[in-house]
Amino acid sequence: MNLDDALQTFIVEAGELLEQMEEALLRIEQTPDDADTINAIFRAAHTIKGSAGLFGFDHVVAFTHVAESVLDRVRSDELRITSELVAIFLSVRDHLGALIAHIADGKEPDDDTHRTSAELVTKLRVYLGPPAPASSQALVPAKQNGTVETQAGDGVGTDNWHISLRFAPDVLRNGMDPLSFIRYLTTFGKIVHIVTVVDAVPRLAELDPEASYLGYEVAFHTDADKTAIEGAFEFVRNDARIRILPPHAKVADYKRLIDELPQEELRLGEILILCGTLTRTELNAALSHQTALADETLSPIGEVLVDQKLVQPQVVAAALEKQKQVKEHKATESGLIRVNAEKLDVHINLIGELIIASAGASLIAQHTAMPELLEASARLSRLVEEVRDSALTLRMVEIGATFNRFQRVVRDVSVDLGKDIRLEISGADTDLDKTVVEKIGDPLTHLVRNSMDHGIEPVEVRLASGKPAHGTVRLNAYHDSGSIVIEVADDGGGLSRERILAKAIERGLAKPDQQLSDQEIHELIFEPGFSTVEKVSNLSGRGVGMDVVKRNITALRGTVEIDSTEGVGTTMRIRLPLTLAIIDGFLVGVGGSTFVVPLDMVVECVELSAEETAASQGRDHLDLRGEVLPFIRLKQLFDIPDPPPADIDFAADDTFDNSNAPQRSGLPSTLLTAEGAAALARDPELAFLLHPVKRENVVVVQYAGRRTGLVVDELMGEFQTVIRPLGEVFSGIDGISGFTILGSGNVALILDVPGLVRRVAGREGRRNIQATTYAMAE
Amino acid sequence: MQTTETQLANQSAGDAAVIRDAVLEAEGLPQYLTFLLGEEMFAIGILAIREIIEYGFVTEVPMTPPFIRGVINLRGAVVPVVDLAVRFGREARDNTRRTCIVIVEVESTTGSREMGVVVDAVSEVLEISHDEIEPPPEFGARIRSDFIRGMGKIGGKFVILLDVNRVLLVDEVAVAASMMRLEAPAAVA
Repeated sequence: MNLDDALQTFIVEAGELLEQMEEALLRIEQTPDDADTINAIFRAAHTIKGSAGLFGFDHVVAFTHVAESVLDRVRSDELRITSELVAIFLSVRDHLGALIAHIADGKEPDDDTHRTSAELVTKLRVYLGPPAPASSQALVPAKQNGTVETQAGDGVGTDNWHISLRFAPDVLRNGMDPLSFIRYLTTFGKIVHIVTVVDAVPRLAELDPEASYLGYEVAFHTDADKTAIEGAFEFVRNDARIRILPPHAKVADYKRLIDELPQEELRLGEILILCGTLTRTELNAALSHQTALADETLSPIGEVLVDQKLVQPQVVAAALEKQKQVKEHKATESGLIRVNAEKLDVHINLIGELIIASAGASLIAQHTAMPELLEASARLSRLVEEVRDSALTLRMVEIGATFNRFQRVVRDVSVDLGKDIRLEISGADTDLDKTVVEKIGDPLTHLVRNSMDHGIEPVEVRLASGKPAHGTVRLNAYHDSGSIVIEVADDGGGLSRERILAKAIERGLAKPDQQLSDQEIHELIFEPGFSTVEKVSNLSGRGVGMDVVKRNITALRGTVEIDSTEGVGTTMRIRLPLTLAIIDGFLVGVGGSTFVVPLDMVVECVELSAEETAASQGRDHLDLRGEVLPFIRLKQLFDIPDPPPADIDFAADDTFDNSNAPQRSGLPSTLLTAEGAAALARDPELAFLLHPVKRENVVVVQYAGRRTGLVVDELMGEFQTVIRPLGEVFSGIDGISGFTILGSGNVALILDVPGLVRRVAGREGRRNIQATTYAMAE
Repeated sequence: MQTTETQLANQSAGDAAVIRDAVLEAEGLPQYLTFLLGEEMFAIGILAIREIIEYGFVTEVPMTPPFIRGVINLRGAVVPVVDLAVRFGREARDNTRRTCIVIVEVESTTGSREMGVVVDAVSEVLEISHDEIEPPPEFGARIRSDFIRGMGKIGGKFVILLDVNRVLLVDEVAVAASMMRLEAPAAVA
């Protein structure tokens, strides 16, 4: 069940957040004015509240809301951190831990817990000052499992519909009461007979009072048609398995019904009773008949029933088949293994090593040029590639599960906001790395909530501007040039340029006379503490969120873009790398250095001829089939010297330097005799043929819809690359995203194309501004 | 020795130094690897040293401060290499056959990591007892005094005992920090 998974994630995340909160609380005692630490505490509380709201843990939300409001006053400098306050917050943190622990155990908080909640809330209220928020006491969701007793009807007639209901365990948590559906049935018909299926109820110790374990078999008499009956279950269709058999249903339908029964090992007779095919009395009669026969031949109960003409043979066969399947299902279940993610990481790292080792082996094979060895190494490479792919798929999951979780977010939030908002999901089958999925949930929640709260306008405004009354939030995912793109779009009011700018000026983030592009203004909403909404709601408007969203996404090597048209809607586009471990790279040589460009970004390679360089008049762009293609000269940017002309000095001299190690694909200079050199000097064309590396090449890369050229000396082909992180020492470097180890054992740098572009564009921008300011000064 | 070291790593740096010295006193005299940078001799406590490898196959990383020589592949791990001479404000020297990379383990608040330092030549491993170590002079050593753990007396000459954790402090060595320092004066100009 997706929700169960999500709940687990919530529990784990909440635990982590509480740890961070505790750490920050302990730190804040020393440095009471550190805004970052206060923000960290606040964010922890805010996120826990938000996620708890998702799962409907109202008591957690109510409690955290009070704590959060106090923290907000601290954040806005209305309140100073004192050691008393820290002490209260430490107990708040412990209490939250207890509440989460209750949730993890699937228990309702007991009276003691509620008392502590109330006590702490009272303490916190003191700090809230006179206008106490409207948040209520910790709520106790008083939900009870209805007990349905088997009601005796007046015999089972075949004129009755047969309805088989199996609700998902979460149905109560999702706010649906199975009983109300059954009660609703009576508004247009008569329940002739109802059997409660209790087989799924666990032992008392394992029982979750908020889960629904019961199934129902209903014999129903009505004149309504099937659509009407189906309509009754409209709201639970996703949360339940519902089978409706018309009156005088055929044996085959009963058979199918048996197949769809819950996967418990029910006794055959019981199944048939539940289906209404036969009654308890009939079964008892059959059973006693079986016992009587036991002395002579031990005939199975199925045969007994058929002998007595109580059920048709087909039905018995189907029930038997069902029993068998239940057993088989148990067997296949044990075929699944839960693996610790760390083990998986170790495995993938090892495969990374294997890739490097195999690349090294094929390099040696090419050197020796032994056909057998070449063949063997080619086979090895292919296998390694397959192993890599299969290892990576171990980590890949579909984003659908994450998306579906938002159905409920949207439903709840739209109720809270009093807006009619629908969620549309597309691209749910897009795969991405599990680590990425885990970390993207939080930012997405913030974005979806923001879209609903700030994006979608109230109904009156929508109708006035000619939009449909209900708003739409769209979640979409697709693959694009080695990244996954996740879009959160709404058809709301769009970002208001004026309001953002006004707020930014108020907060000192922008100057009144500053000329900003739309993009730059949109970027402002990612600044910490930025919120244009005046009133603080439970949902958003406190101004946490967008900065956290941006930070979380950047940490995943991703980017966020905003596309917004005032009055039409906003699209937030998150772009993330598909996987964090291994990429297909394209190897290029610049001077003596080797670089890797992520292959998915490479569109094509073109030669940079002398004519083209001349035509560009010293500017860094070229004409690519009529389009202007700006390019970056890596050699200039990285300040790479040309490689030493030959190795001759190397041998003669004591200086020992093989830092320029990558093998050149040109002619090894040792093969060049004095005669040959002379011949080359005489014949420039021959020299050109022998030194094709002298030409410069442009690797055209595409990123986020933009094309850029990278000028390199040499194209060295594709290469599977294991990403080694930059590590702390190199972490601030712009334009390089990681290291990798080549088959030769050398380290190569992986280029971060967006970073490079940013760097070059930024530098050029500064230079241009400088130039214009000087001009004005003169 | 290895396990003692890892246990120590978990403690705060100050405690670790005290305990380590106590352990050493129990186990014998502290040992130091001495090496040359140009004509000058320096020493590093042997406990911080993982291995010594021949200089070679260093990949330069562009846009880094000059004292970062680049990175090497140390059995699959990418290890940054720092030119100690440049870090101490001396001229970078040409590599010779005796140039080595000493792989040291640097401890910081964020954990320990391996880093390489380029030295012109390694000399020998020496035992230096505590009473032969003098506190660092206030000036005159031609390197920052916080880099110096003490002045060891070897054969009548003073050798600078380096505090590698200070010399290779990640906050100072890291590219981001260095770039900021480099760009700040540029912005003023």
